[in-house]
Amino acid sequence: MEVNGKLEHTYISTLENKKDKEMKIIQFIDSKIIFVLGLFLITFTSCERHLSDEAEFATHATTAEIFIDGFEGGLDYFPFGGSFLEAFSVDTDESYTGEASMRFDIPSFGVGFGGATFPSTAPRDLSGYDALTFWAKASKGADINEIGFGIDGNGSKYQVTASNLAISTKWTKYIVPIPDPKKLIEHIGMFWYAEGAENENDEGGYSFWIDDLQFEKLGTIAQPRPAILNGEEITEQAFNGGTVNLADRGLTQTFNLGSGANQTVSVAPSYFTFNSTDVDVARVSELGVVSIVGNGTATITATLNGVKALGSLTIETIGSFDFAPTPTLASSSVISIFSDAYTNIPVDFFNGFWEPFQTTLSADFTLNNNNILGYTNFNFVGHQFSSPTVDATEKSTLHINMYIPAEIPADLDFLITIKDFGPDKADGGGDDTTQQVFFYAEDFEAYTWATLEIPITMVNKNNIGQIIYENINNPTTSSIESFYLDNIYFHN
Amino acid sequence: MNKIYKIKVSLFKSLLIVFTLFFATSCNTDEEQTVATFTNLVMQDEFDTNGSLDNTIWDFNIGTGTNGWGNNELQYYTDRSENAIVQNGVLIITAKKEDFNGAGYTSARILTKGKFEQKYGRFEARIRLPYGQGTWPAFWLLGANIDEVGWPQCGEIDIMENRGQEPTLISGTVHGPGYSAGESIGKSYELLNDRFDTGFHVFGIEWGPEYINFYVDDVLYNQITPEDVTGEWVYDHPFFIILNLAIGGDYVGAPNAETVFPQRMLVDYVRVYQK
Repeated sequence: MEVNGKLEHTYISTLENKKDKEMKIIQFIDSKIIFVLGLFLITFTSCERHLSDEAEFATHATTAEIFIDGFEGGLDYFPFGGSFLEAFSVDTDESYTGEASMRFDIPSFGVGFGGATFPSTAPRDLSGYDALTFWAKASKGADINEIGFGIDGNGSKYQVTASNLAISTKWTKYIVPIPDPKKLIEHIGMFWYAEGAENENDEGGYSFWIDDLQFEKLGTIAQPRPAILNGEEITEQAFNGGTVNLADRGLTQTFNLGSGANQTVSVAPSYFTFNSTDVDVARVSELGVVSIVGNGTATITATLNGVKALGSLTIETIGSFDFAPTPTLASSSVISIFSDAYTNIPVDFFNGFWEPFQTTLSADFTLNNNNILGYTNFNFVGHQFSSPTVDATEKSTLHINMYIPAEIPADLDFLITIKDFGPDKADGGGDDTTQQVFFYAEDFEAYTWATLEIPITMVNKNNIGQIIYENINNPTTSSIESFYLDNIYFHN
Repeated sequence: MNKIYKIKVSLFKSLLIVFTLFFATSCNTDEEQTVATFTNLVMQDEFDTNGSLDNTIWDFNIGTGTNGWGNNELQYYTDRSENAIVQNGVLIITAKKEDFNGAGYTSARILTKGKFEQKYGRFEARIRLPYGQGTWPAFWLLGANIDEVGWPQCGEIDIMENRGQEPTLISGTVHGPGYSAGESIGKSYELLNDRFDTGFHVFGIEWGPEYINFYVDDVLYNQITPEDVTGEWVYDHPFFIILNLAIGGDYVGAPNAETVFPQRMLVDYVRVYQK
């Protein structure tokens, strides 16, 4: 993504559209963030130099207001990449108080989404407040997919997200609590939102309004109950040298509001202080990345503002990892879906989370810069690459490396389906064709990479858009719990 | 009311210091508010001795009463230390979610019936409340003649009761003949920019012939007189004190999946004064 010919910070977050098997990518291009030194010098007023008189930490403006009747205190507006460009406007016909409100026009399903961040032009000190508050109403009942603060185009270390915030046609006050206010002494990301119709039944083609958007010290944000791993105590096996990103693993803060209602928000790792019971086995960075550095067992726990978080992650190291064989084919003879050896084509998703029957979760991981797709709770799962589809007319074979980290069940009956989307280049529509290939226990060896070479025999193969993996023997409780994939590519 | 007792906002806990300040300095009346005038301390439990409750003052109610103590409450009251104990200068009444003698929760309810009963006076306690849907803490008085005349003829003065799902609100209420339960007479008090489950607050009444004044901290928020009640004034005989933490019941409704257990009601002191 280029702005004025210059690539700067690119921020990507995702809105997953589970039901429709597609994923929207939100990109935030920020070329304007100005970094301000946290120190400034006080003019000398005497010949004697005392350090405490010469320099002190800058105190940023404590401006709480974001939008009251207009923007307050200097704000930028950065729509996310792909956002409906006319989504945001200032509306002088509607307001909760005063003369104007922020208006957001959300397009109909299929047209796109509305999403943007509103960073302050200068850092603000928000440590004296305990919540972002605003009044909102909509032209019809709606759930805003994601709304919060802390997207700053620079890592968003203190991002907070309230999900599926229900709004009605009546002006109502909403509260997004700050997980730990003392972290926000130099804060840029004042407000952000992302809302779109996720499917044909989800609301779209409507407007919502926000007014009196500001940080407040309510004094009634209480009873914090932070959680990691969604509050569960999880034990996982991991390879020495691997990493686990806790940011993707259910980091939340729950407060009881003055209304008595509980409000849970998703929070960025940097709000937490992480602890490992054995730093010679696993250690955690401030950004919530667990690095597995030795053999043994270590339990990761966390606190948030001094309160112990519910949930933990116990890592059991299972030695070093054998990588899949490095591909040797020339890149000119390959169309690669997923491999570190080639430039991969754009992929819609590696896991469609197909509701309602799919149980398969993703646990992708990276070892020594080698990316590997991981799947757990397996029943079936699929990748999709529809923009563009793959023209495999010149390709004879689909290559997949697959690893089963367990003993191979004798009744393993593993089906791989290749789906061509037909002339409409889209899933469904009556013109799709498939090729199905079965693999059995004898095709695999426990804890070893198998190389699957699948001849593409289907007649129509110029719009291939999906690869689907299924366990046939027992589709509800698969006889294999998890597996890894690497080097998925079509070749001559 | 010959002697006026004043409470300085920021020094409420240290009554003695406040008292000294009052006489040592000329007070700025803007910062002080007269909420209580009775200063002759006649009973106090500061909960300063770790362990079980002082049985010269307190007894336990045990069990589920009749119909959940008349309110369809869900807890079984016990005298076990896990439901009521004195620790670190406070009485801790703990409501637990556990199956116990057919109930789904346990908690405690303590009372001074037969041990401390008084007509009129200033009844005050400093309490930090629990929170969550379905918790119902209370500091209240019942007429000591309840066994002879029954309820509500005996009279009931609720100095403080709270619905856990309303963490900023408490109520002070009287129940008597013709104005009990849903027809009781009282008023709510709301904390602004604060809540009752994050710190201690003083809940009190000052009760004399033909009036009951209700206060929270330094705020006198209601006065009930015979003119306010829609029935007989039944507050001219001795009453005893009850402190309890109920779970569920008609006043609050049942806890839900979001209610966190255990929940604790912390009582720093109970003090009673006469004029």
